Amino acid sequence: MSLLFKRRSSGATERKLTIWQKITAFFLAHVRQWLASLGGIWRDPIPSLLTVAVLGVSLTLPATLYVIVKNTQSVEDSFQNAAQISLFLKQQSSQQETAEFVRRLQQNHKIEAVQFISASAGLAEFSQSSGFNQALSLLDENPLPDVVLVIPAADYRTASAAQTLLEELESAANVDAGKLDITWLKRLNAIVSLVQSAMSALTLLLCLSVLLIVGNTIRLSIVNRREEIEVQKLVGATNAYIHRPFLYTGLWYGFFGGLIAWLSIEVIRWNLSGAISEIASLYQSDYILIGLSANEMLFLLGISMGLGLAGSYLVVRGQIKQIEPES
Amino acid sequence: MIKFEQVSKTYAGGQTALRKVSFHLQAGEMAFLTGHSGAGKSTLLKLISIMERPSAGEILINGHALSRIGSRQVPYVRRDIGMIFQNHRLLKEQTVFDNIALPLVIEGYSGREVHNRVMAALEKVSLTSKQRYLPHMLSGGEQQRVGIARAIVNSPPILLADEPTGNLDPELSVDILRLFEDFNRAGACVLIATHDLGLIARLRYRTLTLKNGEMKQDFMQTGQSS
Repeated sequence: MSLLFKRRSSGATERKLTIWQKITAFFLAHVRQWLASLGGIWRDPIPSLLTVAVLGVSLTLPATLYVIVKNTQSVEDSFQNAAQISLFLKQQSSQQETAEFVRRLQQNHKIEAVQFISASAGLAEFSQSSGFNQALSLLDENPLPDVVLVIPAADYRTASAAQTLLEELESAANVDAGKLDITWLKRLNAIVSLVQSAMSALTLLLCLSVLLIVGNTIRLSIVNRREEIEVQKLVGATNAYIHRPFLYTGLWYGFFGGLIAWLSIEVIRWNLSGAISEIASLYQSDYILIGLSANEMLFLLGISMGLGLAGSYLVVRGQIKQIEPES
Repeated sequence: MIKFEQVSKTYAGGQTALRKVSFHLQAGEMAFLTGHSGAGKSTLLKLISIMERPSAGEILINGHALSRIGSRQVPYVRRDIGMIFQNHRLLKEQTVFDNIALPLVIEGYSGREVHNRVMAALEKVSLTSKQRYLPHMLSGGEQQRVGIARAIVNSPPILLADEPTGNLDPELSVDILRLFEDFNRAGACVLIATHDLGLIARLRYRTLTLKNGEMKQDFMQTGQSS
């Protein structure tokens, strides 16, 4: 396109290209610049390496926290049936009433499973496991009440929901008392939610730092290449043309930063897996540490590349506009 | 082709570089712009390539008023103007070939077209054998020729040169001027700013003389032996 000279041909218009060829040429030009920016990083690796390393560390922190929360949640899930409710029935209630009560519990949609342990069965189990066999046989009558073990439905297993369910069940006529051992569950939940909110705050801050780090690195490389940019402007490069390599560099920084973060997580996980499996074996559990899934890894890369691009975009526009050729 | 109408330029500090300058350079014309340093030669060239904007007056290129050209369109105007600088302004880390190819790559020519045109430009300035060299491996005159090749590689209708022979000995200067004459014969409008009066005297071309920002003389240099 020539603004001043109508008949003058220029690069894009001179050759008679089909639309398809133009589109291909456009993408080819972008791919070329994309690869060229990788070449630029390769030729001047030290500052790029440092930046990428800082990005990697910045991204590793929130990603590690995420993995910790994810693992804690999976531990928590596996202990969910600990949120079981024991209901101690009144001694005076008849067998029929008890059977009716258990039947009603089984129909309650908030409850997943009900297990009835009669007083005599309870006594038998207790005498067997406690070793008080002799002492118990001296008792005139069975001191134990009938017990109903209730496992809440999935939606009612959290500490607060289970508590509400307990209160509801306790209000039943033939229930003497209910018990829900949830203090430790409450604590775990509180810690997890603390870690989660700390994680969101930290993630936000670290994402911001990624943005600033990329922005600053790109700004420095623009300053270093000021002369080249001036020459490009002198021979008719548009701002968009000059922006592109810097934007692609930001994208690459994000990509490599994300890759480093993922690798660090894998290394940490590999490093910890021995200790974890030892602890797990002591608890007779086959628990293993979960890493990032393929989707989560792609998400991590996407986020880091997005941050790299955004950080560079924030700087590039203003900086390139400022540089005007002087002779 | 290039028309100045009462153009003045005052810099932000209050320093007046040009005062009501008017002239008209015809299409296919070649002219010298001369005057002592600080007379406003560089400013005049910068106004044509829109590196500066005039404080008053109007500049027209091929009938288009430059005041109507927005900052987003400036790059497209510069593609029609080949510029040559005293300090060459080559990219130090790129080869001679890549330096010359820059305007074509920016305009989006295909790889083959870029190659053909760069080779043609290299041949015109007789540097074909040094296309893989980096600028610092070349002599001053050779570097200037690379700058010229870059300016003409996309065959612009206008060629501006700011002290193109400033650092060269007289013999090389004449060679460089012969190149400009060639491009002028091929149809380009050429404007050369120089304070090398000896050089001007040897060639018969129109000469615009600036003094303290004012156009003092605009005459046809008449025959002296070259």
